[in-house]
Amino acid sequence: MLQLNDIHTYYGNIHALKGISLHIDQGEIVTLIGANGAGKSTTLRTISGITPPRRGRVLFEDQEINGIPAHNIVKLGISQSPEGRHIFPNLTVRENLEMGAFTRNDKQGIEEDMERAFNLFPRLRERSSQRGGTLSGGEQQMLAIGRALMARPRMLLLDEPSMGLAPVLVDQIFEIVQNINEQGTTILLVEQNALMALSIAHRGYVLQTGEIVLADSAAALRDNEMVQKAYLGIE
Amino acid sequence: MATRSVSQSGDPVEVHQRPWLTTRRVIIIVSTIVFLALFGIPLLNVGYKMVETPSLFLQQVVTGLTKGTYLAIIALGYTLVYGIIELINFAHGEVYMMGAFFSLSLIGLFGLSGESSALALTFGLVGIMICTMTFTAVLNASIERFAYRPLRNAPRLAPLISAIGVSFMLQNVGILWGDHNLWDNLADWTGIDRLTRIGDAMGSNMVAPKSFPSLLPNRQVPFIPDSWFTFTWKSLLVVVVSLSLLGALYAFVRFTKLGKAMRATAQDRDASRLMGINVDLTISLTFLIGGALGGAAGMLVGLYTGTAVFNMGFTAGLLAFTAAVLGGIGNILGSALGGLLIGLLLALSDQYLGSRWSNAVIFAILVLILVFRPTGLLGEEGGQKA
Repeated sequence: MLQLNDIHTYYGNIHALKGISLHIDQGEIVTLIGANGAGKSTTLRTISGITPPRRGRVLFEDQEINGIPAHNIVKLGISQSPEGRHIFPNLTVRENLEMGAFTRNDKQGIEEDMERAFNLFPRLRERSSQRGGTLSGGEQQMLAIGRALMARPRMLLLDEPSMGLAPVLVDQIFEIVQNINEQGTTILLVEQNALMALSIAHRGYVLQTGEIVLADSAAALRDNEMVQKAYLGIE
Repeated sequence: MATRSVSQSGDPVEVHQRPWLTTRRVIIIVSTIVFLALFGIPLLNVGYKMVETPSLFLQQVVTGLTKGTYLAIIALGYTLVYGIIELINFAHGEVYMMGAFFSLSLIGLFGLSGESSALALTFGLVGIMICTMTFTAVLNASIERFAYRPLRNAPRLAPLISAIGVSFMLQNVGILWGDHNLWDNLADWTGIDRLTRIGDAMGSNMVAPKSFPSLLPNRQVPFIPDSWFTFTWKSLLVVVVSLSLLGALYAFVRFTKLGKAMRATAQDRDASRLMGINVDLTISLTFLIGGALGGAAGMLVGLYTGTAVFNMGFTAGLLAFTAAVLGGIGNILGSALGGLLIGLLLALSDQYLGSRWSNAVIFAILVLILVFRPTGLLGEEGGQKA
């Protein structure tokens, strides 16, 4: 469904992604794990077109999408819940969700998806007329995910959905991610919490300083000695 | 110093008994005494004059608020642009000036005068206002496209200097525009004789203030008795048009999808792109709207005061920008409030202190308000945008 071929992305002179190749098939949850600065978020930003690659190709359903401006990539069916949530602090919760559906014009469909988002995250319904900036961290994360779903994406990019959340909330968020996947959305999940990520993902890639060092099924990665040492904290 | 740092950080761990006489309080008390010693008697005098003839006071309040409504419209142009790209668009005052010149030219071209029939005047002025707003909207968006957009990732000073440059260039365009020889020559070359009418409207001296024909009825409106205060149809029109524009803008930004996209872009550009919002287009839209408002204000002021001059954008721009900061730059209602306040202060100070003191008074009050509310009257912590 999505394929990255030898992607090189730069921030100015900094070579952030050094030839990343990966693929995600329809219906999968694939996770990218790695340390801070390994290039996980950059990979997502590259797919979304925020930081286009300098070399290499991004294929979405066999169409080359690198070079397409970010605002048009959403229309193709890829949406992202960015790292640090980046909700709009001065828009209400409802307005934030409406922005998620910016590219769509089917009023009824948007209303249905709004309902679906409120059912996934009942807290958001309670706070629908409150400003985004007044929500707690966990609620903001729910809003960011709900907002990304409002584009009715076929492929959802999730960047650190568990960051800064209480453990109870982390479990809840991951359950919902799995739930979204079961409803038919393919998911690329970036996580520092490798244990959680590998527990719901089908496959995973391990990133180290801009390169993929390991690719395997989630179960195999969990058993991998290097992964256990470096990312799961198991000696 | 220790007490100060505690009171500012508000750190609950470090709370200990604070002396009543903090440095801050000493400064406030001393400056109040100095202020009263210097200005106490003149201020009392002004106060006495205000009470002495209440009708005059009321008149100045009304005049000030009328002026304030169009200052508010200009201020919105600053605030919208600042809200979305954090740039003080110094060229905005000149866009407003161009609005005045453009509308005067069209008035001349169509030969509207005080003798035209009411019907011709109504349709003529509405048509001219639409053309003027379109012209300044496109002008403002082009300025953004060619002078600011290429500098979007440059250090922040670069677009600011660019804005000042555009402002001077447009003033020169205003001087050229006001040259009747230019229009006569244009008429010769193109063979369109009508163009000489624009030259006639500009008068003989290219830099002199241009006079607008008196097109709006200068009669008292019937529902307010003369004895209260003078309020003419002309003033009423300025107030009504300005307030409708303000209302329309507020509704647009608050309730429409594009308006929400504008606010989203102002708050988080990358996240907006992830939503599928075309950020460049949204910024262009903001400049279009700001320019249209500026042009409308230019035409209103031309009709209201009866003159337009190439450097009118500087003075009005400065006041309007001040109004935007006073009310909370980036905040629409705040800027409108700031405009009304500045208009009011201006009128009162003109009347009671003399017009040469007006700028000093306005800026003194601006400083005072910013000291206590650095984000402006309605501005919020961290700056609420658009």
